[in-house]
Amino acid sequence: MGRYIIKRIGMAVVTIFAVATITFFVMNMVPGGPFMAEKAVSPQAQAALEAKFGLDKPLSEQYITYMKDLLHGDLGLSVKQRGRTVNQIIASKFPVSARVGGMAILLAAMTGVPLGSIAAYRRGKLADNIIIVFSTSGIAVPNFVTCTILMYIFSLKLGLLPTYGLTSWKHYVMPVAALALYPSSYIARLMRSSMLDVMGQDYMRTARAKGVSQMVSLFKHALRNAILPVVTYLGPLLAYTLTGSFIVEKIFTIPGLGSEFVGSITSRDYPLIMGTTIFLAALMVTMNVLVDIAYKLIDPRIKLK
Amino acid sequence: MSGYLVDIKNERLSFFTPAGEVKSLNDVSLHVKEKEVLGIVGESGSGKSVTAYSLMGLTAYPGRLIGGTLAFDGKRIDQMTEKEMRKIRGNEISIIFQDPMTSLNPVYTIGNQIAEAVLLHTDKTRAQAAERAKELLTLVGINEPEKRLKQYPHELSGGMRQRVMIAIALACEPKLLIADEPTTALDVTIQAQILELMMDLKEKLGMAIIMITHDLGVVANMCDRIAVMYAGKVVESGTTDDIFYRPGHEYTKGLLRSIPKLNEKEHNRLIPIEGSPVDMLNPPAGCPFAPRCKSCMKICLREMPEYTDLSDTHYSACWLHQKAEFAAARKHPAGIDAQKAGQE
Amino acid sequence: MAKLSFQLNADDFLPASASEKESLVVMRESVGFWKDGFRRLKRNKIAMVSLVVVILVLFISFVIPQFYPYTYEQQIRGSENLAPMQYSQTELTTMETGGKVFPHILGTDNLGRDYAIRVMMGSRVSLVVGIIASVLILFIGSLYGSIAGYFGGWVDLVMMRIVDMIYTVPDILIIILLSVAMDQPLKALAVKPGFQWIQVVGVNLISIFVVFALLYWVGMARIVRSQILILKEQEYVTAAKALGASSGRIIKKHLLKNCIGTLIVTTTLQIPSSIFTESFLSFLGLGVNAPMPSLGSLASAALNGMNSYPYRLFAPALAISLIILSFNLLGDGLRDAFDPKLKD
Repeated sequence: MGRYIIKRIGMAVVTIFAVATITFFVMNMVPGGPFMAEKAVSPQAQAALEAKFGLDKPLSEQYITYMKDLLHGDLGLSVKQRGRTVNQIIASKFPVSARVGGMAILLAAMTGVPLGSIAAYRRGKLADNIIIVFSTSGIAVPNFVTCTILMYIFSLKLGLLPTYGLTSWKHYVMPVAALALYPSSYIARLMRSSMLDVMGQDYMRTARAKGVSQMVSLFKHALRNAILPVVTYLGPLLAYTLTGSFIVEKIFTIPGLGSEFVGSITSRDYPLIMGTTIFLAALMVTMNVLVDIAYKLIDPRIKLK
Repeated sequence: MSGYLVDIKNERLSFFTPAGEVKSLNDVSLHVKEKEVLGIVGESGSGKSVTAYSLMGLTAYPGRLIGGTLAFDGKRIDQMTEKEMRKIRGNEISIIFQDPMTSLNPVYTIGNQIAEAVLLHTDKTRAQAAERAKELLTLVGINEPEKRLKQYPHELSGGMRQRVMIAIALACEPKLLIADEPTTALDVTIQAQILELMMDLKEKLGMAIIMITHDLGVVANMCDRIAVMYAGKVVESGTTDDIFYRPGHEYTKGLLRSIPKLNEKEHNRLIPIEGSPVDMLNPPAGCPFAPRCKSCMKICLREMPEYTDLSDTHYSACWLHQKAEFAAARKHPAGIDAQKAGQE
Repeated sequence: MAKLSFQLNADDFLPASASEKESLVVMRESVGFWKDGFRRLKRNKIAMVSLVVVILVLFISFVIPQFYPYTYEQQIRGSENLAPMQYSQTELTTMETGGKVFPHILGTDNLGRDYAIRVMMGSRVSLVVGIIASVLILFIGSLYGSIAGYFGGWVDLVMMRIVDMIYTVPDILIIILLSVAMDQPLKALAVKPGFQWIQVVGVNLISIFVVFALLYWVGMARIVRSQILILKEQEYVTAAKALGASSGRIIKKHLLKNCIGTLIVTTTLQIPSSIFTESFLSFLGLGVNAPMPSLGSLASAALNGMNSYPYRLFAPALAISLIILSFNLLGDGLRDAFDPKLKD
């Protein structure tokens, strides 16, 4: 087990390194540095600014400096938000996104798993058909559509929920619901097909032959086997929640890391772009490794390399 | 009812699939006495497993019993509620399946799965159930039972897994054990061990066994009586001696002929039974074996043959038995008890 | 004693002829893979409805705009911000004097452009992007996957490690970065002769395609590889090799041909996924350039005026949901129809 973890962490580090490198060079492909659009900057002032941020040095040197800093966890100074480090910005914005995202994932799991199981149990009947229709729609509708429709109904027409900000619990309802729709539907479908698969297995027959009741056989014997594919989905799920947050945060004006990232791109804040990209990539890679390890713990069949 | 442990009369069962009604069982009658070993022999699709599962109320969707009666220990299985059936399953009737690889739940330990059977039907505590599980593992010849209890199915070999299945089946000392092709998925040497184990346990626990198989070698050693099934019907039934030494039905004869013999002096070709199994969606009108039968007569294509008694213990469903008698203007419409009962 | 319920006569006991026997053997006709698949597809009502919707959508997006009286960038003075089916003063005047004015079915936007045609063009753009991207992914992915799967060994190992790394890289981040990065260079390229079309299509769109080609094929590659891994163990591959077929020929003729079902299904399901991504990016402002509309950018623009002009939001939202949904359902139906695992 230990060797496996080390191997995975090693791969994770390499990936993050690759992402950082790609991001660095892509950023610098863009002509027009961060200071070009600013008004009335004299050439000397511009040169001074560039020197301050180390942008006048040759590219390879900049790269090495950056990587060294990265190893220390230092993501540099923000170029557009004077006086703040990238770490500070990320630290202040990330918890917001994490809260909304975390709640969305929880909601998705708590609705998707039971719905999928019910659909499998009542295969072919009305409940199943309804759940299939809703979950297929749920994965088809892009989340900007969901967000805007929710906003239209609950804010504009019914006036029940606020449209922007995150100050009360009411503010959380729509963003979390919108963000949870896709994963919930996906999990429901996944759970359904997984349960159907498991329900057709021989060991389910053995359970019944022992005298186990339908309900117990579903909860005890089937569920534990059926949930495994859902666990593997958690990795990509996190990736989705992350990117989905861009839209949700934009529409509902939530001060999270997603909207910060989009903003940093338009304003060409290199360090912030790099820092956020690396942070998000590292986050995803870490979660994937954790999920992999968790999966191997749950399923006794998997041999640990 | 006669004092049979298992008494199935005229069972008819179909599967209502999107493609149509698959008439899986077409008037099946058989019985098992206490402590007797009955072998049910037939090819895939003949309905042998379906019959056994129906006895336990385990008929898979979309199957449904559409006729006949099933009795176990004097009780009518076909009239029981699900709750009543649950009390019998794993308790008075147990079953072991063909593939031990897939028949055990991969995410629970062996101990857990054996103990479950005990806990369901007795008042034992968890600790007591675990003890019993250990006992059972020893009973079925698994060494180091303590260690095995904590292991998972994938950590055991095929033979050991089948022993575990047997342990689960015997947990509550059932009156009847159904063995559905228990050795087909195992190596030949392991096969012999498992069969020996089963016979041993039968003596120890005084159970009856229904042994379902397509392997005539297995039934020869183990069974007291044999029922041969084809296309959802019992075509011949008798003691082991009857079937092997005095086969009545052409199908049975074909089966016996197709077994390669080691001690033959000449190297003859294998004699298979020509043709393919019946399409149960559209079973033919007459004898289901007719298209493949060398001695097929015109009547065979039109009418389902009736049972002819060949002796007290032995009957077979074939028009050939009636041929000579008919020619001599003597008829034998009588059949077995069940047929009489059905017609009364 | 029961009597036979029908009359027998001596003729009935004559042997049956071979032809008589044959007439009873009803073999189920074997169907080819495609015919069988299409039959199953036709039975699937949801899939058929989706197919009809898809065809309708294609018709509306590609055919109708050719005949529509308005174009997507045409700004009609005096007709700004009309509600659906409303006419501007100028237009009313024209109609009173006997001229014909085609109604603005979905009204107009703030620049006086007919909204209906913009939604239709937006659908066209989304579909074109989705389909081209999916075809790109199909080619790159299946080529990569089949090579990795077929050759195995360290070729496979290296190739799949690369795939794993690409998989973990957050795609949206790279797309956004690339869009930003390629902005200037492509704009510079766009003014050169022969590259004017870049201005029309938009720099962002090109970067989307580039990223699709770089990142999104990995899913397809994995699927194709696992299919190939299974198929190459089949005996007909060994036979082909024994006959001296080259690797390329084996991949093309035997392996990929047998994957076609999976390839079609996966591609059909990839289309809505690509459209999803494109609309997401357009919504963020990284898609096609104005004035060419995309469903995503239309929705984004409509967000501000949601209170007063809700239809401007609902039309593209509904359109995109419908397109993605119907492609998904069609893909699901295709998978159910052509996936042999689900055969009855």
